[in-house]
Amino acid sequence: MISPALVLAVSFGYLLLLFAIAAYGDRRARQGRSIIDNATIYALSWGVYCTAWTYFGSVGRAAFEGVWFLPIYLGPMVAMMLAWLVIRKMVRIARTYRITSIADFIASRYGKSPLLAALVTLLTVVGILPYIALQLKGVSAGLEVLTAGGHDANAAFWTDGTFYVALLLAVFSIIFGTRHLDLSERHEGLVAAVAFESAVKLAAFLAVGVFVTWGLFDGMGDIWRRAQDFPDVTDLLRLDSGGGSFRHVQWFSLIVLAGLSVLLLPRQFQVMVVECVDERHIRRAAWLFPLYLLLINIFVLPIAIGGLLIFGQGGTNPETFVLTLPLTQGAKWLALVVFVGGLSAVTGMLIVETVAVATMVCNDLVMPALLRSPGFALRSGGDLSLLLLNIRRVAILLVLMLGYLYFRIAGEAYALVSIGLISFAAVAQFAPALIGGIYWREATRGGALAGLIGGALVWAYTLMLPSVAKSGWIGSGFLDGPFGLSMLAPEALFGLHGFDNLTHSLFWSMAVNIGLFVVVSLARSPSARDASQALLFVDVFRSRADAPIFWRGHARLADLRALATRFLGHERAQTLFHSHAEALGLAETDLTADARLVDRVERQIAGAVGTASARVIVESVVQEEELTIADVAGILEEASQIRVYARELEEKSHSLLVATEELRSANEELKSLDQLKDDFMSSVTHELRTPLTSIRALAELMVDTPDMTEDERDEFTQIILSESERLGRLVNQVLDLAKIEAGMAEWQTADVDLRAVVLETLRATAELFRETDTELVSDLPDSVPVIRADHDRLVQVIMNLLSNAAKFVPATGGRVVVGLKQQGSRLVVSVRDNGPGVEVADQPGIFDKFRQAGDADTRPPGTGLGLPISREIVHNLGGEMWLDSVPGEGACFAFSLPLPNTGGEE
Amino acid sequence: MTRAGRRGASILVALAGLALLLFNFPLLLIWDQGRELFGLPMLPVALFLIWTGLILALAWFSETGLRAPRDSPLDPRWTPEDGPDDSDGAS
Repeated sequence: MISPALVLAVSFGYLLLLFAIAAYGDRRARQGRSIIDNATIYALSWGVYCTAWTYFGSVGRAAFEGVWFLPIYLGPMVAMMLAWLVIRKMVRIARTYRITSIADFIASRYGKSPLLAALVTLLTVVGILPYIALQLKGVSAGLEVLTAGGHDANAAFWTDGTFYVALLLAVFSIIFGTRHLDLSERHEGLVAAVAFESAVKLAAFLAVGVFVTWGLFDGMGDIWRRAQDFPDVTDLLRLDSGGGSFRHVQWFSLIVLAGLSVLLLPRQFQVMVVECVDERHIRRAAWLFPLYLLLINIFVLPIAIGGLLIFGQGGTNPETFVLTLPLTQGAKWLALVVFVGGLSAVTGMLIVETVAVATMVCNDLVMPALLRSPGFALRSGGDLSLLLLNIRRVAILLVLMLGYLYFRIAGEAYALVSIGLISFAAVAQFAPALIGGIYWREATRGGALAGLIGGALVWAYTLMLPSVAKSGWIGSGFLDGPFGLSMLAPEALFGLHGFDNLTHSLFWSMAVNIGLFVVVSLARSPSARDASQALLFVDVFRSRADAPIFWRGHARLADLRALATRFLGHERAQTLFHSHAEALGLAETDLTADARLVDRVERQIAGAVGTASARVIVESVVQEEELTIADVAGILEEASQIRVYARELEEKSHSLLVATEELRSANEELKSLDQLKDDFMSSVTHELRTPLTSIRALAELMVDTPDMTEDERDEFTQIILSESERLGRLVNQVLDLAKIEAGMAEWQTADVDLRAVVLETLRATAELFRETDTELVSDLPDSVPVIRADHDRLVQVIMNLLSNAAKFVPATGGRVVVGLKQQGSRLVVSVRDNGPGVEVADQPGIFDKFRQAGDADTRPPGTGLGLPISREIVHNLGGEMWLDSVPGEGACFAFSLPLPNTGGEE
Repeated sequence: MTRAGRRGASILVALAGLALLLFNFPLLLIWDQGRELFGLPMLPVALFLIWTGLILALAWFSETGLRAPRDSPLDPRWTPEDGPDDSDGAS
């Protein structure tokens, strides 16, 4: 056993650590460096799902019912598959309309109905209060086991450690849960502490699991082998189909129930929706959270069976196995660690749940009553923000103390043991109104009210009252049906036998709930406010800053300002009006109290007092026009008109942008063409000037020297002649190229035999090659198909290639090979020489105008226009021209021409 | 909603359906025949393995398949006062 003083010291020490973590979290938040802005911490905070009911209760359930403890954790897996869709939508809605609790959410969806908000709050309190008591019982039982103190139900509460734990938690929740007036602001410190607690309870549970599995036994296989001697124990690992086919339904309904609870429990709503920092975290948390559940459940069965093997069935209470196993098997310190883990499970749940429930009680029960009370004159001045905070603080204390009271009164009663699932069934009643509300536009306030009331009544009659009766608080005759009417027996309604009581209640309550919800929703057309809220919720992802505001009426700026100051405090009201004026680009005094401003003030107040109360408050200072469905449609039409204009404007500016871009690129193109033209002109003039200079120089020489000999004169005249010829050729070629490029050249297209053209050119140039002593080889097939081309132009191209080759072959041993062959649907002519070849760097520009390979000193004479002209001709005939050259091994110029389309004939 | 968003949503709904199917009767009866797997009772082992598989599937799809829809980056800190936002993904 461990001394009570030590246990209490460790417990309070641990709670102080939580205070420190929460304070640190809040400080970091104030510095703008949030520690909870992280998907893993967000997912850990979801772990508040695992309470004492999981930590101690799972092993207990497993020891009695075997694998049947599992569906409670399999359901969340199914729900998490949809987290990215459903939770993200809930987060977006809550963020947009400053919704801070599940009651607020449902009420806001159905026309901001205060009645609905109060109803949801009431059902939550009735369903959750026993659950809070159950947590306190977990602490109390843990303390008893550790200190081996007997439970004395009559001991005064001030000697009870549990009471102080509850009190300390109330202080914690008040400090870290009512920091800001605006509830839609996050409680960063609180969430940080809860996430830390999730990590602690997981680690502690895994530690005791490892201790039992490998410390007390020799692995899971060993536990299973030893259990073989006890058929009762091995049966736990079967589904027990003996219960009839309805067992299957029970498994299914447990999964559905757990899947709904994980979305609808007030504490889950708080950590998932209200405390969400970043929607994108949902994506990762959706799979980390089921992983967390899997890990915390892995050792449940080994611990349960191990405990049964060690203590024997009916020995120790299985719910305390996690503590008694280490305690009795010589691991006292581990027992203390496990207790701290259990304390984590309890405190995490209590903190979040009380803050969530207190918010609902304050905003949806106390505020409406206060607003209605005659003594609370709304128009009188005074800052109410402190009053609001204090109401919330009292509510927190009240919820925890009521929970403690419930625990003291009903500590050992049946009602408490079964309360986990009863609570789940209570919050499941919110499912049709909430989930239906965010996906189904036609759902109305009437439908939600009818479904919720009907479902809650059936739940109370078939599940809660029987559990109360089993605790002996009302006559057990109630279970056989009121007034002896067996048809109305609460656990076998209308004689429906065979179900377990949970499935039975869930079936009837859900059938009534969904049935009324759908039928009443469809039976009556929605009110204008209903319809407008439905649009805002269902289409929340479509809403923008210019989303329609369904409000018409008159308001005075001074009234709004006074209202905001009363409920938000002077400072925040100032900021609100200031930023609104800034957004509109107006001076603060020029603001008009239009729909947008009224809406904004209402939303801000909603963050503090809930949407339903905010509606009532704003209504009291403005003159509103009652909207009709037609008005709603009109406003919607207006908004969509505005959206259409906006989109048109966007499209126009987009196409302007595109046109500008096109113009710019066209301009660039023109500029570069201009540059090309300039380059061409300067090259041409340069090429023209060279022969002209020599002609002029020679002519001047001849004029200046009259006594020149006849021979000299002849020689000079000869040079002048050849230079003039060169000049003429150059001018012709420039004209020719310009004509071809401009598409003005005349083409004499006819059937041409390319082989004959090649031979003709070879004959014409034979003399040239003979002069330079170059071997000319032709490699021609016997015949080639006829093509459509211009005969003279082809001669020009081949001649050009041949004369080019002749220029570059070496002085002795020169060799030029002319080839012609058919390649697919093309004819290819190639001229290969054995000259120096073309440098790799020169190859890409070889077809540019005035570009000649080699430097100016060594290159043979030529105009530099031959190749560009040849290529233009080939292009115009529909072919390609290219160069294959390895420097040092000669060059091969080739061109291809397409064969005429034979029209499918072979 | 965008096409990619709709496709992602459909895959998630399909995964939820798959989870509901695998976790329930009658498929559970396949494992509930008193046999052993790795020297352990088959039913719980199978349930935990299926569970692991579903977590892996969701993790893989969440981390690779679910992009914030549309090219406009989804700003999760969005508040209605901030200005237009057109991201979509559910609904």
